[in-house]
Amino acid sequence: MAALPNTQRVAPSFGSMKSENLIEINDLNFAYDTRAILKGINMTMPRGKVIAIMGGSGSGKTTLLRLIGGTIIPSSGSVRLEGQTVHELDRESLFRLRRKMSMLFQFGALFTDLSVFDNVAFQMREHTDLPESMIRDLVLMKLHSVGLRGAHHLMPSQLSGGMARRVALARSIALDPVLCMYDEPFTGLDPISLSVIASLIRRLTDALGMTSIIVTHDVQSSLQMVDYIYFIADGVVAAQGTPAEVRNSVTPFVHQFVHGEEDGPVPFHYPADTYANDLRLGSNLV
Amino acid sequence: MSDRIIAGVRDIGHRVIEMVWRLGYASRFFLLILAKSGTSFQRFGLVIREAYFAGVQSLIIIIVSGLFVGMVLGLQGYETLQKYGSESATGILVALSLVRELGPVVAALLFASRAGSAITAEIGLMKTTEQLSAMEMMAVDPIARVVAPRFWAGVFSMPLLAALFSVMGIFGGHLIAVVVIGIDEGSFWSQMQSAVDFRYDILNGFIKTCVFGVAVTAIAVFEGYDAPPTAAGVSGATTRTVVTSSLVILGLDFILTAFMFRGMS
Repeated sequence: MAALPNTQRVAPSFGSMKSENLIEINDLNFAYDTRAILKGINMTMPRGKVIAIMGGSGSGKTTLLRLIGGTIIPSSGSVRLEGQTVHELDRESLFRLRRKMSMLFQFGALFTDLSVFDNVAFQMREHTDLPESMIRDLVLMKLHSVGLRGAHHLMPSQLSGGMARRVALARSIALDPVLCMYDEPFTGLDPISLSVIASLIRRLTDALGMTSIIVTHDVQSSLQMVDYIYFIADGVVAAQGTPAEVRNSVTPFVHQFVHGEEDGPVPFHYPADTYANDLRLGSNLV
Repeated sequence: MSDRIIAGVRDIGHRVIEMVWRLGYASRFFLLILAKSGTSFQRFGLVIREAYFAGVQSLIIIIVSGLFVGMVLGLQGYETLQKYGSESATGILVALSLVRELGPVVAALLFASRAGSAITAEIGLMKTTEQLSAMEMMAVDPIARVVAPRFWAGVFSMPLLAALFSVMGIFGGHLIAVVVIGIDEGSFWSQMQSAVDFRYDILNGFIKTCVFGVAVTAIAVFEGYDAPPTAAGVSGATTRTVVTSSLVILGLDFILTAFMFRGMS
């Protein structure tokens, strides 16, 4: 299948995928002061799928997650989640919507003053009136699903990086969200932990029927587990496609990114005057 | 030359605007804490838990400092008063100094150094490690859940700590004046009892501690919440908490004293 550069290909077909979209992003623009980060992003994300957002550092991937979560407001355009325009919601409606979504932060962001058990129970205690005995059962079930039921009594400082990420994963699915976002979930993990986290994300997404959005640099792990990939570069969707399309892509940017080539559309050298000029070698040496 | 002067004036203007802006931001933040304090009172356990960290864990420094301050007051008081043959008034001097001034002020300074800095560092690190963002994404308001309970815990702890400081100071003064130097115990206590007025001395001292408690804790939570999410940002915020709190305590103490004790015998 030929791939894929474009920013105009709005609605991915996803083969036999259910057509109902959980998220629709239309002409989304965002700038920090005068520095434009996102310049007209269009994306659709169907229910029940794992979608990766890739791009170089500083390309605006995390900003996009924050816009979906409603923690920042777009300069123009919109993010629609379950038909609601996120940035137009008042605080109460936004918080109601956020109860249906969750986010796994880069290093877990576990509450360091609470035990593993209390971290996972946090949202249940804040948002529900469930009796403590039921919360206990639910927390242990969530921890069991990430393989850490036996670690429920530990404090976050006693966990390895991979374990902390798994606890954060259990916490993020505590209230069975419809959308889970993962900000660089594989960063700093050893190969075993990385593979465990990747397969957990896939398994939990399928088991809970939720939608997962992964912001990541880890091409190889992502290609094995996601349903669809968006590449962001220079504030726009530079390319998109299924893992098979991405693997076979001849688009220079995608090829460079997937194969980790040091030079290409993303140059190795930061823009500068000519090397000869900088070294004051005279005009005859270029 | 004129460019330099203009640049200098611009720099000063910029700093002043920044300061005013920050003061406005801090005031709005303070109002926000008050507006979102409902959770703290509905789930008072959150406040109790923070009061343990801010208050109970400050006990050692408060008790030891109070004791030594009282002992020094006993020594200095006796040394001065005996020149006029009124060494039996040492108890009055110790008690009034502590209840009116040293209790509230020194306890607040110690509270700012011990608990204020810890509150700032904790909230700042929670921000740096994205715990506050995580909370926000879980539809839990960090100001209601993290900031307000710490604020009220500090406000409630401060008067109790200051009272304990004064009590320990009086005990220290008694230890030196009566036990070591040998002033008559009866006159030490009875003179103190007749000279210290509940409304005029103790209540005014209590009001001071409440004001200091609000000021120190508000500064501590604001600096933590506003800290840049870096190691240098958190360390700078912690330092600012101690420095700003100390200056604010001393400034407020002067203003309150001027209002409370002006022209009274």
